[in-house]
Amino acid sequence: MTFFTEFGRYLLTLRGMFTKPENGKMYWKEFMHQCSEIGIGSLGIVAIISVFMGAVSTLQTAYQLVSPLIPLSTIAQIVRDTVILEFSPTLVCIVLAGVVGSKIASELGNMRVSEQIDALEIMGINTKSYLILPKLLAATAVIPMLVVISMVLGMVGGRLAGTLTGILSPAAFDKGLHQYFKPYNVFFAMAKSYTFAFIISSIPAYYGYNVQGGALEIGRASTKSVVVSCVLVLFADYVLSAILL
Amino acid sequence: MIEIKNIKKGFGEKIVIDDVSTEFRTGKCNLIIGTSGSGKTVLMKCLVGLFEPDAGEIVYDGMNFSEMTEEHRKELRQNIGMLFQGSALFDSMTVEQNILFPLDMFTKNTPGEKLKRVDEVLDRVNLQGANSKFPAEISGGMKKRVGIARAIVLNPRYLFCDEPNSGLDPQTSLLIDKLIKEITLEYNITTVINTHDMNSVMEIGDHIMYMYQGHKEWEGTNKEIIFSKNKLLNDFIFASEFLRDAKDMRMLEVKGKIDNNRNMDELLK
Repeated sequence: MTFFTEFGRYLLTLRGMFTKPENGKMYWKEFMHQCSEIGIGSLGIVAIISVFMGAVSTLQTAYQLVSPLIPLSTIAQIVRDTVILEFSPTLVCIVLAGVVGSKIASELGNMRVSEQIDALEIMGINTKSYLILPKLLAATAVIPMLVVISMVLGMVGGRLAGTLTGILSPAAFDKGLHQYFKPYNVFFAMAKSYTFAFIISSIPAYYGYNVQGGALEIGRASTKSVVVSCVLVLFADYVLSAILL
Repeated sequence: MIEIKNIKKGFGEKIVIDDVSTEFRTGKCNLIIGTSGSGKTVLMKCLVGLFEPDAGEIVYDGMNFSEMTEEHRKELRQNIGMLFQGSALFDSMTVEQNILFPLDMFTKNTPGEKLKRVDEVLDRVNLQGANSKFPAEISGGMKKRVGIARAIVLNPRYLFCDEPNSGLDPQTSLLIDKLIKEITLEYNITTVINTHDMNSVMEIGDHIMYMYQGHKEWEGTNKEIIFSKNKLLNDFIFASEFLRDAKDMRMLEVKGKIDNNRNMDELLK
């Protein structure tokens, strides 16, 4: 299948989501369920990678900053900006592309193969709208929150690593966190988070929804959706950096 | 009643359904039979709108399905129940939640009324007390019965069953057939069944359409099928030696009855 055919089908799938819900209450229930699945379900892994990401950043920055002319608080400043600008939005979203993306693709793929989607269609439900839209909205609502949590935990991890290893004092780290802080960086990180959240929910939903075949194809769709999502996240990261920075 | 008129459907170069017309009557079990790949499932998917026919018309009680807008189709679909080959139950939901789902989506009943209706249909399919079980915890026959319960919970006017007996033992198959037949009569609905099962053909086939390579090869009732002289149909129905012998015995039995009646008539004269 050519790129344009695939892209066209992707757009048609997205367009099909926007119809009047059969029952708003049921859609809201599904939205809340997905918020919990994506948000609470990914919180553990996000917390772990964020703490270690911050800790490793501190150690590596300290290792590279050997000049006595540079104050130690600069380490915290570099860690803060790296975490906010790149690590939290991009790295966390790439991990979430694997965690959330594969779950969405395999869930929808399994529903397609076991005729559950057909069963919903026959009941008179717009399956694109009922199955994809709540996932997409939930991801867009929850993933930026996870990114914010990741930012905080990344800096906590950096502070812990810096102070426990004796590289810099807690006071120096806190001073570094405050110096030359640009709120625009947070705006930039949020813009990236929303874009990535859309990518890592809509691409797997497209591949999962359109699975044809059996268990093998579900696995293939899941893998393909994660690969495509990761590539698109990196591409979008570059484009947004070029435009917004 | 559902009328289909000159339905055609193909995928690429391959024609899967070729100019099929028939009527599926209300209050009857209408069976579509045929070998694998004869187009039965595609025809059923065209009937319920999962596939769009290339040509022809599908008319539900005077309403042309082929010309309906998506909104009208949605309304009509609330009058359609379907039992899938693999039951198609929602894995993450319990039996009760599976049956509640259409009620939650399409009715404004109170939670108490909905639960009462769930218990009613579960009772109807003899699955009392299975409310809290998950599909993975119940047998194939029970899954089919939950599928039937979900299909009838909104009191549909049309019931479609895609191979309701596949993967079931003969005894459970008979129970499912009996249940479908009873529900068809009780609710006076138009039931269309895709099947390979010869027991179903003989037991509940009020109206049977035999499909061969995408076209309608034969049409009749379960009483007429025994005496059909259509070679393709006979090869399909009486594929085993046992069934051929059974057919011969049945024909001899009927012939004997006719001869006896003749003798009686002659004696009476």
